[in-house]
Amino acid sequence: MSAVKRVRGGGVSVRLEPEEAALVRALMEQLLALLDQDAPGPGDELAAVGISERTSPPDDPVLARLFPDGYRGDDRAAGEFRRYTEMGLRDGKREAARTVLKTLDRGPRPVLDDEEAQTWLRALNDVRLALGTRLDITEEWYEQAAELDPADPRTPMYAAYDWLTMLQESLVRAVW
Amino acid sequence: MSTAPAPVELERPDVGEDQSADRPWLAIVWNDPINLMSYVTYVFQTVFGYPRPKAEKLMLDVHHKGRAVVANGTREEMERDVEILHSYGLWATVKRDD
Repeated sequence: MSAVKRVRGGGVSVRLEPEEAALVRALMEQLLALLDQDAPGPGDELAAVGISERTSPPDDPVLARLFPDGYRGDDRAAGEFRRYTEMGLRDGKREAARTVLKTLDRGPRPVLDDEEAQTWLRALNDVRLALGTRLDITEEWYEQAAELDPADPRTPMYAAYDWLTMLQESLVRAVW
Repeated sequence: MSTAPAPVELERPDVGEDQSADRPWLAIVWNDPINLMSYVTYVFQTVFGYPRPKAEKLMLDVHHKGRAVVANGTREEMERDVEILHSYGLWATVKRDD
């Protein structure tokens, strides 16, 4: 069982079992791969300054949840907002996932400074958003999961989601 | 949260100015089943510097009413806030106050 504790003098320590660290690592790698998909603006000259040509949401529902419209009921404003923000947001989420991977390299009980702990929170949240969107999570997701056949391929995804939820909750409590 | 316009100085009305240009824009956060209540409260405190009771009240508004206005200001400020909220994974939008 993972344990998140505040460290005297600042920061938090995250104790993960080897298989838990492997799970976090695998999920961050998957997030990084996903963030490279359907990315706006490669090759166009404005991309260098973080502005893309694409104004429509990504087709993948997970990417559409990670990069939601900034306006409701105003496609033109939502498109402009997306042009100016999506590339930068993608970079930030990639950077967060890479920070998690880098800090996991410190060993089985990495100590995170406050900035790294906040970065972990954002990256864990992105992974939960990805898993939760794939699973079509609702407020009553415990019931959803309980009704599943143990052999259902979604069963381990629910288990991972549940565990990530607890990890994120304990990390929030530690940094608050 | 107050969205009232500044009091008008009666002796010096803003003649000829487009009042609508000064009307505040809003940043709205929408409920979703994935984001944790604790995390959303933490984000409101971190991003806006709100004290915990205010952050908690806004989080509960989002949770129970489906959405809450979390900030107001110029359009540029609200777009910046919404971009930051998206970086934390919250579902937020910009809207003109009406």
